[in-house]
This record gives sequence, C-alpha cells and structure tokens, in this order.
Amino acid sequence: MGAAVDKSSAPAVRSAPNAKLGKWLVVGPPLVYLLLFFAIPTLIMVLASFRTPGEFGGLAPLFDEAGKLDLNLESYTRFFTESVYAEVFLKSFWYALLTTLLCLALAYPLAALIAKSPKRHRNLLLLLVILPFWSNFLIRIYAWMIILGPQAVVARTVNALLATLGREPVSLLFSSFAVLICLVYVHLPFMVLPLYANLEKHDPTLLDAAQDLGADAWQRFWRITFPLSLPGVYAGAALVFIPAFGIFAIPDILGGPDDSLIGNVIKQQFLETRDWPFGSVLSIVLTVVALALAGFAAWVGRRSLGNPSSAKGADA
Amino acid sequence: MRKRPVWLWIAAAAGYAFLYVPLVIVVVYSFNDSRLNAEWVGFTLDWYHKLFQNEEMLAAAGNSLVIALVASLASTLLGTMAGVAMYRYKLRLLPILVLTPIAIPEILMGVSLLIFFVLLNFTLGLVSVAIAHIAFCIGFVAIVVRSRLAGMDESLTEAARDLGATPWNAFRYVTLPLIMPGVIAGALMAFTLSIDDFVITFFTAGAGTVTLPLQIYSMIKIAVTPEVNAVSTLLMLLTLALIIIASRLSPNLFSAEEE
Repeated sequence: MGAAVDKSSAPAVRSAPNAKLGKWLVVGPPLVYLLLFFAIPTLIMVLASFRTPGEFGGLAPLFDEAGKLDLNLESYTRFFTESVYAEVFLKSFWYALLTTLLCLALAYPLAALIAKSPKRHRNLLLLLVILPFWSNFLIRIYAWMIILGPQAVVARTVNALLATLGREPVSLLFSSFAVLICLVYVHLPFMVLPLYANLEKHDPTLLDAAQDLGADAWQRFWRITFPLSLPGVYAGAALVFIPAFGIFAIPDILGGPDDSLIGNVIKQQFLETRDWPFGSVLSIVLTVVALALAGFAAWVGRRSLGNPSSAKGADA
Repeated sequence: MRKRPVWLWIAAAAGYAFLYVPLVIVVVYSFNDSRLNAEWVGFTLDWYHKLFQNEEMLAAAGNSLVIALVASLASTLLGTMAGVAMYRYKLRLLPILVLTPIAIPEILMGVSLLIFFVLLNFTLGLVSVAIAHIAFCIGFVAIVVRSRLAGMDESLTEAARDLGATPWNAFRYVTLPLIMPGVIAGALMAFTLSIDDFVITFFTAGAGTVTLPLQIYSMIKIAVTPEVNAVSTLLMLLTLALIIIASRLSPNLFSAEEE
C-alpha cells in the first residue's frame, strides 16, 4: 500500500480544526455504520453465548426474576461435554482439509500455466478462473445436482459398471462425494489467485541455473518452485479452508443424512431448535478455530520463506 | 517466458473444463424440452415463458433488485469514504472493521445480525437484508477504492490544495474524477455480491421476504426443474455483463498482483 501519510498535518494553509473535521467527515460514517451493524451485533452474540435459552426459543431475559444478571457457562459446558458436537467439528475439519488439498492439486497446474503464459494473456486466463466464482453460489450447487442426478449420464454409467461387477447401484447425489466435489468446485478460484500471484513473481533464472547444474524437471519443481511457492500455498489454503469450514448450503442440498457439518448444526440451532446461546457458542468456536488456523497458515507461510535473498520477491 | 510442457496444458485444460462444464450444462438444459435435466430432447423457450409467468419468482427478482440497488449505492458511498480514509490517515479501528467481515465465516455475520434485529424488535424483511448487505459490501468497495488511490499520483491533489482549493473542492474536482473508475467498479461489485448473497440473506430475511437466491434455494430443495436453469442463465448473463463493465473500468480489479 502507498505511504499512509497523515495529510491533516501537511500544508500550513489549513487550519487544524478544519482538517480534523474533514477527517471525521470521511472516517465517521463508515465507522459508525460498521460499529452499529457489525461490531455491536458480534458483541451481542458473544454475550448471548453466556445467556440462558428462552423458554420458547431465543434468549431468556438478561436479568432473572430476582433482578440478578443471568450469565453462565452452561452452553460452553454443554459443548465441551457432549462429544457429538466435537465430532461434527472434527468432521467439518476433515471436509475442509480435504477440500483444501484437492483445490491445491487442481489449482497448481492452472496457476502455473497462467504464470508461464505471455503477459498479454495472463489477465484473460485469470479472469476465466474467477468468472465462475461470480455466478450465483446456489447455481453452482444446482449444477452438481444435475450432473450427479440419478437420471444423468454419470450416474447411469457408474451404475451400469457396478451392475456388470455384480454390485448394488449407488446414489451419487446426496452423498459425501457430492458434497466434497461441490466444495472443491466452489472454492477453487480462491486457491488459484494467491498461487498465481506467487508463481508469477518467481525468478526464472533460478530454474535455468538448476537445469544447467543437471536437475531434471521433477527436481526443479520439488526443490525450487514448490518451496518458493509455499507462501502462496498457505495463503490459498487459508482462503479455501475458512469458508469451507463454515459451509451449510452445500451439505444441506447435496449431502445425505450423515453429511451434516457444523454450519448445518448452527443453522439448526438458530432456525429450528432456536437455542440461541448454544448456536452462538458454536458460531464463536467456528470463527475462533477458523481464524486461528488461518493465522497459523499465514505464520507458517511467512516462516517458510527461509532465506529471502534466494527468493527474489517470491512473497505474495 | 518459460516453456509450457504438454502435461501442464492438459492439466490446466482439465481445470478449466471442471470450472465451466457444470455452468454450461445449466445453460444448455434451460433450452431443453424435457422436465428431467438428464438428456437433450429438443430446443424450447418454454422454461423462460414459464419463468416470466411465475409470480413468486418475479416478486423475488424484484426484491433482489431493490435490495441490490439500495445496498450497492449505500455501500459505495460508505466504502469510498472508508477507502479514502484508510489511504489518507493512520487508523486502527476502521481497517479492522472494514476487513474482518470479509475474513470471517459468512454464517457468523448472518446469525449475529439475526440476534441483533430480533432483540431490537426490528421486523425482518427487505430493510434488514439491505442493512446486512451494506455491512458486508463496504469492505469490498473500500479495497477497490484504496488500491485505485494507491495507483494514483497524490501530488495532483496536493497541487490543487496549494493553488487554494478547499479540501472538499480538491476531492470533488481532482481526486474523485481520478478514482471514479474504481468507485464504479466497486459499486458493480457490491451489486453482484448483494444480488448473489445467500447465507446472510437466509438469516436476515425472515419468513415473509424472498429474494432470488432464497427462491432458488427453496425450489431446488424440492426438485430439479428447468425453470431454475432458466433463471440461473439470466442471472449469469446479468452478472457477466456487470463484471465485464467493472473490469473494463478498473483493469487491475481482477489481477492478483496487489494481494
């Protein structure tokens, strides 16, 4: 980012109070809006996680009949004692991790090809990766309902094959397979972008030098390109993992009964069971875990850079 | 430029195919003369006719458009302010408030706004959805505007000030015209984000209000129908048009170089 110079102290023509007023006219409105409709709701939710659920859903009064403040750790205790929720978290973690790894495998060739393309083609090739991301999220889920549907070519072919092997037909739709393939589909662009941003900055002379010294393509990739691309890999991993971890629409539409992830449980707590304190606990744990993992990835990414002088501007 | 081996072409082509085949299938079947979405039977525009007679769908589309217009206008105004503020001043709180909504899981924002509105006895509907959309769009507009400012020659504004322009006039006649492509690109981005949003809308819309994504959701929960293909195709066309305009106006909007 450009130099963040505080212009209010620049030329002497301006009187100090006027510059201050100007600053608050610019800073004030977005600040107030986001405090009111982002920070305060988030704090209210944090507070709600310590409150008692209402008799008919929602929240019980903050002060009980005796006028005492009713805050407790019951919802947190419940989360840490009933193992079913830890299991859902673990399942969501595996789905998100697997999604991240599959995205990495698919994104690497795409990012590498774009980075190696002539400059004038790069933006177009990149735009082609991002465009599907801008089509509606539900449309992209729906597309997989069609592809994996029981009457579609894929399912019929698979089941015909299974029949010749004497196996029972399977349903591709409403399965973990459907959830996973759609998770990868929806998040792929998030992995390509940071990977490309990193690969594009690699110094090609490093690879030439390695080749001159007798390294084959395999060695050049694993000992030069891949280690240098790790900051991009970790950045992409964070961008894929966080949204994949909290997803609820994909398992909701494409999953079977066993594919309920933490996002589905949160939705259920808020809209069906209406246990808001417990739903808040789950949302908070989800956010904390997701941000902690992303922060960890960013930290590892920075450390993995190693000797910066050998990686000319490889930091994404 | 490095040479690109054949296997790289093949792997990348497979990647592009993975990205586009599903969307192409949705579009193609929107013209298919069959309820099943399973194989090509013949060309028809029936699903589009049906779509324009489906009053629920039209009402949902109307709601989505109104919300997206309001949300994109308001978030462009607030997001431009935030982008300018973050570029010009050393601030602590504002950048955190602007960028966190983008970084956290969407569902968190949805449920916290649900609690907030219900506790305030604020009726869930078009207004609550618009408020929520503005909140998450501000950050995206601010990022685009700030990167536009970073690529601009700040001495122009200083020159205007030295020549006696008031801060407002210097902004109005020098800075604003220069960052305008970024502002418009941000507005178009906010419009598409709003019209496409599902998760946050799902929690803040309440029972009576339906937007296009909510309508699609309830339709595909029940069954696959080519009417959804038709509305999806139209929605994709709209988004595509907006994105092309936005990327024309702000050429590095989609290049990852500023990450």
